[in-house]
Amino acid sequence: MSTSLILLIILIVGLAAYFAGRARAMASSKGKLSVLHSLPGYHGVYVAIWAVLPAAFVLAIWLLASPFFVENSVRSALPESVHSQGSATTELMLGQVMQVANGLKLLNTEELAAVTSGSSNLRDALAAKGVPMANAGETYMVEAAQKYNSLKDSSRWVMSAVVLIIAIAGAVFAIRGISAPFRARNRVERVMLGALLLASSIAILTTVGIVGSMLSEAIRFFQSVSPSAFFFGTVWDPRFSAAGSGGTEGQFGLLPLLAGTLYIAFVAMLFAVPVGLFAAIYMAEYARPVVRGIAKPLLEILAGIPTIVYGFFALVTVGPFLRDISAQLNGLVTGNYVNFIQAQSVLTAGLVMGIMLIPFVSSLSDDIITQVPRSLRDGSLGLGATRSETIKRVILPAALPGIVGALLLTASRAVGETMIVVLAAGVAARMQLNPFEAMTTVTVKIVNQLTGDLEFNSPQTLVAFALGITLFAITLCLNIYALYIVRKYREQYE
Amino acid sequence: MNMMSEAAVEKALDQKMNTVPFKMIGKDVSVYYGEKRALFDVNLNVRENTVTALIGPSGCGKSTFLRTLNRMNDTIDSCRVTGKITLDEGDIYDPSIDVVELRARVGMVFQKPNPFPKSIYENVTYGPKIHGLARTKAELDQIVESSLQKAGLWNEVKDRLHESGTGLSGGQQQRLCIARAVAVSPEVILMDEPCSALDPIATAKVEELIHELRTNYTIVIVTHSMQQAARVSQRTAMFHLGNLVEENDTDKMFTNPDDQRTQDYIMGRFG
Amino acid sequence: MTDMTSSVQSTFVRPAQARRDIGIKKRYAAERRFKAYGLAAILIGLFFLFVLLWTVVSKGYTAFQQTAITLPIEFSEQIIDPKNERGANPAKLMTANYPFLVRDALIKALGIDPANKPLVKQATDMVSASARTQLRDLVVANPAIIGTTANVSLLAEGNIDSANKGQIDLTVAEASRKVKDQQLEWMKKLTETGAMAKQFNTGLFTYGASSRPEAAGIGVAALGSLYMMLIVLVLALPIGVAASIYLEEFAPKNRLTDLIEVNINNLAAVPSIVYGLLGLSIFINFAGMPRSAALVGGLVLTLMTLPTIIIATRAALKAVPPSIRSAALGLGASKMQTIFHHVLPLAMPGVLTGTIIGLAHALGETAPLLLIGMVAFVVDYPGSPMDPSTALPVQIYMWANEAERAFVERTSGAIMILLIFLVVMNLGAILLRRRFERRW
Repeated sequence: MSTSLILLIILIVGLAAYFAGRARAMASSKGKLSVLHSLPGYHGVYVAIWAVLPAAFVLAIWLLASPFFVENSVRSALPESVHSQGSATTELMLGQVMQVANGLKLLNTEELAAVTSGSSNLRDALAAKGVPMANAGETYMVEAAQKYNSLKDSSRWVMSAVVLIIAIAGAVFAIRGISAPFRARNRVERVMLGALLLASSIAILTTVGIVGSMLSEAIRFFQSVSPSAFFFGTVWDPRFSAAGSGGTEGQFGLLPLLAGTLYIAFVAMLFAVPVGLFAAIYMAEYARPVVRGIAKPLLEILAGIPTIVYGFFALVTVGPFLRDISAQLNGLVTGNYVNFIQAQSVLTAGLVMGIMLIPFVSSLSDDIITQVPRSLRDGSLGLGATRSETIKRVILPAALPGIVGALLLTASRAVGETMIVVLAAGVAARMQLNPFEAMTTVTVKIVNQLTGDLEFNSPQTLVAFALGITLFAITLCLNIYALYIVRKYREQYE
Repeated sequence: MNMMSEAAVEKALDQKMNTVPFKMIGKDVSVYYGEKRALFDVNLNVRENTVTALIGPSGCGKSTFLRTLNRMNDTIDSCRVTGKITLDEGDIYDPSIDVVELRARVGMVFQKPNPFPKSIYENVTYGPKIHGLARTKAELDQIVESSLQKAGLWNEVKDRLHESGTGLSGGQQQRLCIARAVAVSPEVILMDEPCSALDPIATAKVEELIHELRTNYTIVIVTHSMQQAARVSQRTAMFHLGNLVEENDTDKMFTNPDDQRTQDYIMGRFG
Repeated sequence: MTDMTSSVQSTFVRPAQARRDIGIKKRYAAERRFKAYGLAAILIGLFFLFVLLWTVVSKGYTAFQQTAITLPIEFSEQIIDPKNERGANPAKLMTANYPFLVRDALIKALGIDPANKPLVKQATDMVSASARTQLRDLVVANPAIIGTTANVSLLAEGNIDSANKGQIDLTVAEASRKVKDQQLEWMKKLTETGAMAKQFNTGLFTYGASSRPEAAGIGVAALGSLYMMLIVLVLALPIGVAASIYLEEFAPKNRLTDLIEVNINNLAAVPSIVYGLLGLSIFINFAGMPRSAALVGGLVLTLMTLPTIIIATRAALKAVPPSIRSAALGLGASKMQTIFHHVLPLAMPGVLTGTIIGLAHALGETAPLLLIGMVAFVVDYPGSPMDPSTALPVQIYMWANEAERAFVERTSGAIMILLIFLVVMNLGAILLRRRFERRW
């Protein structure tokens, strides 16, 4: 029986249980619904829950656990000759057996008989059905495969039976409890609360999952490459490792990548912060409602554009423009029309990332400026200050903690950005100060190391997780500190 | 800055009230918030070196009128003022008039104390700094000391000038705001219910201050407390539903008012 | 200046006094400069927005048209099935030499000498390699067509298409051009007879991946994105709302709840690439789900969108005034009933707005999908979320890395389509908010 079929049957049992429970509740009310503690519907749901939940739970556990037990059983039944060759070979053989098992199911009775008796070659028979085998089959395999199949099948049957029985038993048990004063609604609501709690825990689980998964892979990486070589290494040169070669060549220094990330983020903020802040100030303080009504949504559009589009913009327009204009400039000044700005450079990536960040800075600043109480503003204006003086000397200083928080959040966003730098910053990992040259970032290398046909357990791919957890740690610190500052700032004015 | 010498001021005060020159004149002043009219053709003259109290029930327009005197209503988008208001003959709503200059001459103290989140020293020096009234630090220090003296706060804070202004008690904060306003050397000081957020002791201190300040400044104070008006002012104007009902010497106002509505308000029949 | 209307009893107005110098001129100059900076900042932002959109549209609008060559194709039995085997073995039709049909049709239409091999090659180079598949599909669908002659509209090859749209620089020497002079002459001839014309490029929307730009489209990517959006909607919305309800209404106000809140705020700000690493490590490696499947992409995007939905829902729930809750509780409703019958429906507009915005953001996300194997060359439509597919932004990324001119056009065209989707979604969210949101 397939899993979906079992699920369907459980649901049908549940539905039947609902109607039965409901009917029973109505019966026990003897016509007057107000006698019941809970509406009949709740009674029905209560019975249905008892029918469905325990059964589904057992089903899930069984499905997760059974392959483990079945495999174990077949593994231990393998002949001693296989076990003596070591666990790696045992696993390999086990894998083969499972393949054979799949293939056997495709043979009809005569072919099956032929293979079992040994008269027909196992490998050829299976190949004809489209099931490849790495090496020729050995005699014990057919027997082991059949054992595997039969274990799987019987497990399935038992599971279906058990689950069904539990479903029906649950329903029966629940129905017997239905009566007029029975507090069905409370029970049902407790289950609902449990469901809500489960949903919230997904949020925590996500963080745990992120940290846990990246940490475990990163730890594996650090078994091949020492942490100090990674964190303090100044050369990034992973050397391509083809699948199966187990390559350990290559240097995995984080510092050039970190330098690129920070430099580009710095350039981006250099551009975005003044523009975003002044735009917010103008819109909050000077713009007429009409102007504000048009400019604000338009700037918000910049925020909604996907970063891949920005990357494309950098690749196709900004990069070539900077390159060509530098060539012109160079020609005009020195007579030598050679560009000094590369199409893929820190400047290109930083500029485009800055454009992307403008609405981000602007809307954060707007929030912060409007939170400064009006009374401070009035107080300053009442003393005869101009609006710009009020902003520069009273409002911005009062809003300073909030602005610092906003800057940290912006930096965090810039550090974590991927698509713009992938297309605009290039892949050259080096530490240098010229903004007209290319430098690459942590995020670009994560993408590079994981796209492409690399063997998963090599340091070349595992390094991506080490990079990932570094990135996560940096942005986590920035975010938490920023949120802490902003929260403190808000409390000051509430 | 007041041009008259101390002696002349005493002399002016000794004269009958109706020979004291007018500092500010309001003629047919109306205020609109969008379509809603808040003030109806108010005619009110504010005499120099006098404390004029504006009284009346809630929402009668007294604060609105006060705010027309230093054009604080300009900060509200939907507000429109008609009529003529002059300060020493100059129409303050004339387009050629600079509102910054006006506010340097007509200062304001607000209902809820609003010191800047800076040090006491910086609070007081803010006005003089932006208007360029002091050229050296010594001059600034001088202004700080004299303003805090005038506000009756000097002795309490002279040793902690660099602590935050927001760390003071409510009454002290309001006196700091008064010092801040005085530091700019205005000619007129507007006070919008300055004591309503303070306890009785702090209130008494501020009232005492107002009494001392009037020798050098013209003061207009909005108050919801008739007793306070009776205590601190020489002239009182009674507002009701956006109209100026009566304006008179304070003594006369509270003993024998001309208008029945004033009588009713004072007797507590409404408000 | 001194207007002293004095008399014994009358009062006089103090004459206007000498003005203090409070540096008015300089200060107003500073004020004007300050204001100008602000305005300049806004204009800079708008300028870049304009330039970006202009870039995309100007490079992309031509992608919506495609050059096609309509030729009478003689479905010669000699070429397709000389030994008449198709009755017994229909598979023979799959492997017939269809390019020859094209070759012959071109020779006839252009009047070329069949013996001149280089010339013939130049002619056949003008037609897209996809013509082969096109003719094959025609014949397989309707074998009766063999022996007849029919007009078929074939796609022009990518460079010819670009030349027809005027995108190729014709001043360059012929040797370094992709389109030769002879081909240009033929193009002129075919255009005059109406055989070559530009038509609306439905292929951009329906084709899957292809190495030939003229035969490449976003069909597979769009379907993949659709699957993912549906998965996000079906999973993130209920889970997000359920979590918000718990956190907002039931969770005790203690350190643990505080921690959860900090956690969620942080998850909203985590770089999206980290979610890709999570997906790779847990869904693909640990759980063994297939790479390139829309299912995995959908799950990753769900985790990414959850914090956004939770934050928006909590704000919407908070905005419902306590008086409503008190009224329901006062009538004897249980807390659950109050929430589900009263609070949640009132908070719905805010929830839906937040969801739509979250979905719009997820639609444009690229980085996490790159890590779970969506950089894939998928030609056929995915039948289910478990089949390999790709996503619209990832398709844009893949095309952006191609050098050919025609791919630039397609990349921009795909970006235009993506942006239109996003505009529609955001407008929908705004309209929803305007229409249904209450101001308490």
